[in-house]
Amino acid sequence: MDVTVTPLPGLGTQQEFTTDSGRRIGVITYRDGRMELIVSDSRDPDKICAATDLTGEETSTLANLLGAPQLVRQLSEQQREVTGVTTWQLPLPPGSPFDGRTLGETEMRTRTSVSIVAVIRDGSVLPSPRPDFVFAAGDLVVVVGTAEGLRAAGEIMENG
Amino acid sequence: MQHTAVTLIELGAVFFGLGVLGRLAWRIGMSPIPLYLLGGLAFGQGGLIPLGGIQPFTEIASEIGVVLLLLLLGLEYSAGELVTGLRRSWMAGLVDVVLNASPGAAVALLLGWGPIGAIALAGVTYISSSGIVAKVLGDLGRLGNRETPVVLSILVFEDLAMAIYLPILTALLAGVGFVGGLGAVGVSVLVITLVLLLALRYGRYVSALVDSPDPEVFLLRLLGAALLVAGLASQLQVSAAVGAFLLGIAISGSTAANATRTLAPLRDLFAAVFFVVFGLNTDPSEIPPVLPFALLLALLTTITKLATGWFAASSQGIRRMGRARAGAALVARGEFSIVIAGLAVGSGAVSGELAALSTTYVLLMAILGPVAARVVEPAAQWLVTLRPAAKR
Repeated sequence: MDVTVTPLPGLGTQQEFTTDSGRRIGVITYRDGRMELIVSDSRDPDKICAATDLTGEETSTLANLLGAPQLVRQLSEQQREVTGVTTWQLPLPPGSPFDGRTLGETEMRTRTSVSIVAVIRDGSVLPSPRPDFVFAAGDLVVVVGTAEGLRAAGEIMENG
Repeated sequence: MQHTAVTLIELGAVFFGLGVLGRLAWRIGMSPIPLYLLGGLAFGQGGLIPLGGIQPFTEIASEIGVVLLLLLLGLEYSAGELVTGLRRSWMAGLVDVVLNASPGAAVALLLGWGPIGAIALAGVTYISSSGIVAKVLGDLGRLGNRETPVVLSILVFEDLAMAIYLPILTALLAGVGFVGGLGAVGVSVLVITLVLLLALRYGRYVSALVDSPDPEVFLLRLLGAALLVAGLASQLQVSAAVGAFLLGIAISGSTAANATRTLAPLRDLFAAVFFVVFGLNTDPSEIPPVLPFALLLALLTTITKLATGWFAASSQGIRRMGRARAGAALVARGEFSIVIAGLAVGSGAVSGELAALSTTYVLLMAILGPVAARVVEPAAQWLVTLRPAAKR
């Protein structure tokens, strides 16, 4: 990925890249450590249409949210040699019967032979959750198993 | 009443009044500089209520104001940024000088102020207000725009140009003649190169010299160093302001960031006094005769700055709307135009009308600049929609 670094004399540094759709996405890092996320206008790529200040915590949360597919890809990469096994991330939708219940209660491994390897919540990754882990609506559940098992697991997360 | 009591009351009233004006200015989205100037005009010679007792204080305070303005300007840049900025923008920088200095010079010659007056007024119309431009770009959320680095590097070029221009002007105003002027140019170019080299290599030693974890000690060392360097520079005829600017460049890294934070309120205070004093020393009755020329200059130099920005942005492959935005961003003139005019008038080598013309011009441009930056997009859009309609 081509990241362009532009110095902003007296202010800080801007780092950005251009997406396939032709928009610039970037971050301005100010001298005092403040960070700002910028997105360019779709009609005028020279212009910024959105900009927002981010605190340190917000920056890492955003990075984690965007990094979740990365985690799934990494896991898939590791299991490439094991034929028939894939990794998915399943959302736990609001209204799911497991909202507020533990991982153990899903009996996921017994019913589908699928393993829950991580949960992504509020932008942070919780690896290897134990059976007493309590789910909440909005969790992204990272699961590993056969295609068939994963489909069944998705069904369970949604409808119990 | 006691003398001290009168002075304190007057000073208090002035500061408080400036506070109210400053708040009002940012509220309506403009720079407070024109209001400070107007405040000065109102209370100066021939104004509403002449202020008497505060002169000794305001005189030295306005000197300190100029030193702090330039010191903080220098603190904003690291030597590395200046060098890269210069490399990126020298073409646009030269276009900027030629287009924007010539209207000022031409009008001064037209008014019969001689070559020195022409050089002074050229400086007044040339230099954009980096303070107003940076504030406006931030307020309008344009810092991430592609034309913004172009605008910023032009400002860097202008500030460096000031470091060469001010000593020359100081020397000419002192009446040293052509050879002496060349000498001053040589000395200032040499000093600037030396300081840039020193700052690039040994900036941390200069920083270490003034740095202290204790805020009180830090402030005293910083202010002390600034005034010392400014005084010495002025003794060497390099102009106090440039000395402070160069010291600012030499201080780098976290020390510079702390220094900016510590000194910014002081700068705002003393710079406000500087603008008021400039207004105080300008006779309002001299304004009407120069008003047509101020208006002419305002119109001309708005167009030339627009052209400068357009040229600079187009050479970086920026589209039309961005070019227009870059031009409009540069229109504002302010603090440094007044610094130049202050130097010129203070020396007594140029006509007093120069102060009146500069005040009026900066009044216009400090208001027009932010407005231009704001309306350039709707105006350009309107022009674009107008064109196909005209064809039909």
